[in-house]
Amino acid sequence: MKALQRFGFWLPVLFILIWGLYILTVRQDSAREQAFTLLMFVGLASSLNILLGYTGYVSFGHIVFFGLGGYSGFYFLSAHNLPLLLSALLGGVVSAILAGLIGLAVLRLRGAYFALATIGVNEAARAFVSNFEPFGGATGLFVNYSVYQGFGGPGPALWRTFIYLWLIVLITVIISYVIKNSRFGLGLLAIREDEDAAMVMGVKAPRAKTLAFMFSAFFPGVIGTLYFFKNGNVEPGDAFSLHMSIEMLVMVMLGGMGTVFGPVIGAVAYQGLRGFLLTSPLFKNLHLAIAGVFLLLIVLFVPAGAIGWLRERFLKLRKVLE
Amino acid sequence: MILEVRGVSKRFGGLQALTNVSFTLTAGRILGLIGPNGAGKTTLFNVINGVYAPDGGQVIFREEDITGKPPYEVAQRGLARTYQVVRPLQELTVRENVMVGACFGREKHHKAPAAHIADEVLAFVGLAKKADLLAGSLNVAEKKRLEMARALAARPYLLLLDEVLAGLNPSEISAMIDTVRQIRDQGITIFMIEHVMQALMTLSDEVIVLDYGELIAAGTPEEVVEDPKVIEAYLGDPKIAQRLLAQESPDSLA
Repeated sequence: MKALQRFGFWLPVLFILIWGLYILTVRQDSAREQAFTLLMFVGLASSLNILLGYTGYVSFGHIVFFGLGGYSGFYFLSAHNLPLLLSALLGGVVSAILAGLIGLAVLRLRGAYFALATIGVNEAARAFVSNFEPFGGATGLFVNYSVYQGFGGPGPALWRTFIYLWLIVLITVIISYVIKNSRFGLGLLAIREDEDAAMVMGVKAPRAKTLAFMFSAFFPGVIGTLYFFKNGNVEPGDAFSLHMSIEMLVMVMLGGMGTVFGPVIGAVAYQGLRGFLLTSPLFKNLHLAIAGVFLLLIVLFVPAGAIGWLRERFLKLRKVLE
Repeated sequence: MILEVRGVSKRFGGLQALTNVSFTLTAGRILGLIGPNGAGKTTLFNVINGVYAPDGGQVIFREEDITGKPPYEVAQRGLARTYQVVRPLQELTVRENVMVGACFGREKHHKAPAAHIADEVLAFVGLAKKADLLAGSLNVAEKKRLEMARALAARPYLLLLDEVLAGLNPSEISAMIDTVRQIRDQGITIFMIEHVMQALMTLSDEVIVLDYGELIAAGTPEEVVEDPKVIEAYLGDPKIAQRLLAQESPDSLA
């Protein structure tokens, strides 16, 4: 693998690897909880980036895959007693299949129409789940306490969940790198730049877009299952929160869409800021407003995001920062 | 016979863009396509390479009916094109642009061999030094060459060139004419739309003429320019030049 010799590959991978190992050595519950949220957003932003950054399709409702995948995984876990990791992966598979089906209909749309349709999909999913009895309707699902016995109690269960999340996020970022540097990824970038010209050059755009959509839906499904398991319950309001969806967009744009490392630091930076705002008495009710201002400033002044800006500014960095 | 167009028609709402257009193209030759603005030349290209499905008629490419196939299927069969208004993939490097052609064209290479082909083709069109620049930073003449390189990297059997000379200065034009000849000498058949008549006359083995979506003439370049229907299509009236000359008597000039 040529990737193994590249700095652009090792930078995000080592970052996440060392971060997780650090949390595991410190073994503090509060540090783990904080890292769980941060890593979760790193994973969500990186998977959204496959669609948004590489393929150029803006999805406002991407959280639907986190929600529906999470719900499905949680259902396998609580109603069928499947192991956590298997449930999470199945949650991802459900998300990916759903993305494939939605993609057939929605990926024909471009630009603003596609973005609007994704919001519609998310709202429809929320309404459906709120009325779907096997998923507990409006009250949602709860973890059966007996599930924890397999882990040796709730404490070890949470640590195990963290380790799974950490590894899944690591895989997400590796896949993101591999896609970007593959032939398939080159096709996606071509679609982002000019879909019609890409098709004329032989890129099978409908298939490539659907595959990209499925990849970017799989990981949120896995992450969703782990997150709701950690919380102990899942309900429609948490699973399909549109503002979380928009925050994912802000993270990708902040770090630099279309780069591998951008969404990683974008998620960390945004969450760091959010944490600060939420705990500061002055701003605690304003964090979403500030996120909005942020998005506006990025779009106006640094549309390429932090990593993109560095790549533009210092051409030599292009070879090392991906 | 590499390409055969049989009775192709295309209508956009109330506009009949192409009416029953038929012609054939022999492998290894250069066929020119001329016609006044709005005659349907680019539409014809779009029908041939699958951007539009025709309302009637057939397109046969290398003995296969490709009518209505999507553009990527047509491209993978070895039919490449350039755009009249250049469409580089701005945020990708010049090399990556050309690699798209090599990766997804007829030979469907993996990235490493595609990069190799890209460098080869870039050297051929004279853009080797620009390979690592972003495509958006090239000037118009370079972008035209990039379009060409992208199409060539697909290793096509047939290349559709949509006004590759437009917007170039005289020295760039003569360089581009040489390039087109060299492409033909590599065994690639060329079908080109061109407004620079002199260039077209020297390059083409045959010329066809479209006017209001209809094929009004076909033949060698010499035959076509002499054809009264062609002169009428361009000037409105075949005798207009003579009459204008006759009117310009010495008194009116004074």
